[in-house]
Amino acid sequence: MSQTDFIYLMPLLILTFAVLVSMLVIAAWRNHKIIYVITALSFIAAFGSLYELRTTTAYIIEPMFVIDGFGVFYIGLILLTSLLVSMLSYAYFEQREERKEEYYLLLVLATLGACVLVISTHFASLFLGLEILSISLYALIPYLRTRPRSDEAGIKYLILAAFSSAFMLFGMALVYFSTGTMVFSGLAASIAGMQELPLLLLTGIGMMLIGVGFKLGVVPFHMWTPDVYEGAPAPVTAFIATVSKGGVLGLLIRFFMEVDGFRYPVLVTILTIVAIASMFAGNLLALMQKNVKRILAYSSISHLGYILVAFMAGNQMGVEAVTFYLVAYFITSVGAFGVVAMLSDKNSDAELLEDYKGLLWRRPWTAAVFSAMLLSLAGIPLTAGFVGKFYIIAAGINDQLWLLVVMLVLNSVIGLYYYIKIIAVMFQQPETEREPAIRLRPSVYVASAGTLAVLALLLVYVGVYPTGLVQLIQNVLVSVPEIVSK
Amino acid sequence: MILVWLIVILMAGGLLAWLSKKLNPELPRWVALAAVLLDLILIVYVWITLKAPADSAWLLRYEVPWIPQWGVSFSLALDGLSLLMLVLTFFLGLLAVLISWKEIKNKTGFFHFNLLWVLAGITGVFLTMDLFLFYFFWEVMLIPMYFLIGVWGHENRTYAAYKFFLFTQASGLLMLLAILGLYFIYGSETGTYTFNYFDLLNTPLAPAAARLLMFGFLAAFLVKLPVVPFHSWLPDAHSQAPTAGSLILAGLLLKTGAYGLLRFVLPLFPTATVEFAPWAMLLGVIGIIYGAVVAYSQTDLKRLVAYTSVSHMGFVILGVFAFNEWALQGVVMQMIAHGLSTGALFILAGFLYERIHTRDITQMGGFWAKAPKMGVIALVFVMASLGLPGLGNFIAEFLTLVGSWQANNWLTVFATIGIVMATAYSLRIMQKVFYEPGPQHESFRDLNFREMLIAVPMVLGLLWLGLYPQPILNTAKPSINEQLQAYTAPEPTIAEPKTAFHRQPDATIDINQLAINQRAFSNLQIFQSSN
Repeated sequence: MSQTDFIYLMPLLILTFAVLVSMLVIAAWRNHKIIYVITALSFIAAFGSLYELRTTTAYIIEPMFVIDGFGVFYIGLILLTSLLVSMLSYAYFEQREERKEEYYLLLVLATLGACVLVISTHFASLFLGLEILSISLYALIPYLRTRPRSDEAGIKYLILAAFSSAFMLFGMALVYFSTGTMVFSGLAASIAGMQELPLLLLTGIGMMLIGVGFKLGVVPFHMWTPDVYEGAPAPVTAFIATVSKGGVLGLLIRFFMEVDGFRYPVLVTILTIVAIASMFAGNLLALMQKNVKRILAYSSISHLGYILVAFMAGNQMGVEAVTFYLVAYFITSVGAFGVVAMLSDKNSDAELLEDYKGLLWRRPWTAAVFSAMLLSLAGIPLTAGFVGKFYIIAAGINDQLWLLVVMLVLNSVIGLYYYIKIIAVMFQQPETEREPAIRLRPSVYVASAGTLAVLALLLVYVGVYPTGLVQLIQNVLVSVPEIVSK
Repeated sequence: MILVWLIVILMAGGLLAWLSKKLNPELPRWVALAAVLLDLILIVYVWITLKAPADSAWLLRYEVPWIPQWGVSFSLALDGLSLLMLVLTFFLGLLAVLISWKEIKNKTGFFHFNLLWVLAGITGVFLTMDLFLFYFFWEVMLIPMYFLIGVWGHENRTYAAYKFFLFTQASGLLMLLAILGLYFIYGSETGTYTFNYFDLLNTPLAPAAARLLMFGFLAAFLVKLPVVPFHSWLPDAHSQAPTAGSLILAGLLLKTGAYGLLRFVLPLFPTATVEFAPWAMLLGVIGIIYGAVVAYSQTDLKRLVAYTSVSHMGFVILGVFAFNEWALQGVVMQMIAHGLSTGALFILAGFLYERIHTRDITQMGGFWAKAPKMGVIALVFVMASLGLPGLGNFIAEFLTLVGSWQANNWLTVFATIGIVMATAYSLRIMQKVFYEPGPQHESFRDLNFREMLIAVPMVLGLLWLGLYPQPILNTAKPSINEQLQAYTAPEPTIAEPKTAFHRQPDATIDINQLAINQRAFSNLQIFQSSN
């Protein structure tokens, strides 16, 4: 490993170092605040180290990683999101009895896994990243052990994720068997001349897609999503919804762009069916829920379906649209689960629709932020979600994916119904007058409230003035020849 | 720049109104009043001082890039049509603030925030010349309106608010698809990707594509208008909304549909609309008659007025698809006159509800004796609604029918029957509420000063429209001609295609006749003599 390699891997190294430091500090002196500060600082430092890599042309660390604009952008996105999640976690865990410190350690580890995913170009690094992410999540999901549904969620995720990893490994083995390589570019080279994929290779790629599908929570691999979302602590849910899915999506984009998977009608058909099924299943099932976390879980299934629509466009505009939508979706999801976390009390999360009744009159600012997040999920103007959805539809129409685009529009309308339902509940007349907000220590409260305020401002900023973000995404993609050439 | 201010004042006023609630619960009303009044003064000032340049219909333009990567610009422009719509918007907006003065007692800050933001969205829709921005404002109107109905509405408000939102949102998304389709077709043909209205006007379209895209736009506008099979959201939304909400819905939101037809559908798809015209006119006539029949059988006063809207909006679509200046002048007049007269009837319903807390007309009766001022004013509104000469609606309906006669005789005959039916339902309002003896209500007071302040300007407005409509016609004329350019201007198109106006075999004669009519129309200042 040369010295430049060190510089290019700095974000990952900082995170690894932070994990070790936290572990030692916990061993020496257990203190919530110190660990929290270390975590936050390590995220900021790792993000800061990206500054060195900002103008990067693709830098390849043979054979595992490639650090290019795309990777740097996704790492940055993941780090910032993790930072926001950890900000929201502080107030949430401060009220609770359990030991809090290990939570941050696992959070940083999981983030590390996601970062590895988005820059890997080799099956080995891919799998390592995926497992670091998954294993941390096994522990994060049932972190609040004493709560009724957390074991169920933990076990469910453990079994299904292990299962999907097995599929993934088997798929990789089959691909290796038929092509003799584990590097993405090698795989691309060996199938470049083929008009159709041989059955064994197709099976291999198909099994890998199953593994990815589980992580993304798309239909028909979505079964774990609602239970895990419901059982996990709210900040962890935010993390699963954003960082975990975003990392895997980054990987999927890189893999498909490199091998040019859109050439093969079989794969396209499979992905089309998955996208349409995810949109419909997510939205229709969400209609019947009474639990806000479950509604958001099903809505995330449908949003992954929307993202797949842009992904199917398979060209630069499609990748831009996916990336833009992902940013919007990250802001929105972290914001929405942040509100859930903020309203939660010592014993349970604020997850039932009743908990939100009359919220606007009890805690107007929180309710306004939550409404903004929901409207963004619904794709209403002035929010980032609107521009994101617009981008996706534009990418779809540009590639003439009429079926997918029409399905997306249809689903937007269905989706609207349950987002509006939550908002309508918040607007109902309250039974009590404005409650005195339960203030924790002001410093704790400020961390959460400040984070939510930042998210809300970002949401509106991106919604009203998306040029900056669009420009940024277009610039970072320039350094990725696989994407630009399409 | 003044165009940007019109929108900014409303948006800033809305935020200010919300925040000022903290100081004093009455303050938001004054803030809202000031914001709308300021806009009204600005627009009237523009109307009086600005004269259109001879060669163009556009009075004011403003454009800055917004998302240059996609060819989106923040592009606003004002012509006669938008000017008239804006005057109506701010006038009704002012009344909406006044009418809520006593009716809305809780959450005044948030109420006025929503009110001003609906108005801001509507203003944007009437001004913008960028299709992305148009869709943006189109959606901005919805959310605050949803809240106005859902929070301050009557007993069944949640259902009505949902229905309103889903109908308009679904149809709006279809329009978004059409906008994007147009954007990509223009982009791939010319190499420049832009949402600019003036550029997209020149999009070369294959007939099949034009037809599909037109239906995308029509979906949004016909639902908003509403045209009969898509009208079912309207009675619920109107009857459940608070008075200010009904006023804005009937007076302004419906007009955005009509405006969209005039501004976008006609000039963008000249061939496809001609094919669709007979069907559209048929839908219009069905709407006129259906709305009138159903209105007659309502007992809920606000529902009744809502169905009269369906009927009146039938004239709009009838006129728009007649493709001639007479009819379009009628449509513009109808938009304004209907905004005033129907808005006025909703206000009347609001007055009555404030006094006796019901909208059921079987619970009303004999108010003429108790409240003579209210009775006289109601009589004017009802007469306007049935199209009595001397009031605005008459001019509108007359012009529309004259225009549509040239396009389609039989449908015009049936549309005229609708006016007779309008007389029936309008007189029924008067009869049931004011003349027939009804249940006794204690302490039924007459209109007070504030209420007179709301009602009298509407009466004056209707009289003005009815007696001296020339300024309105003059203001609208250049922009109407602009919208019709694709249908009339070049000589060869008048001479050659039989399909352009009529499908009857004897089309040539009619077309010549029409051309003469139009020339006569533009030379003679109509109605000048009648004054």
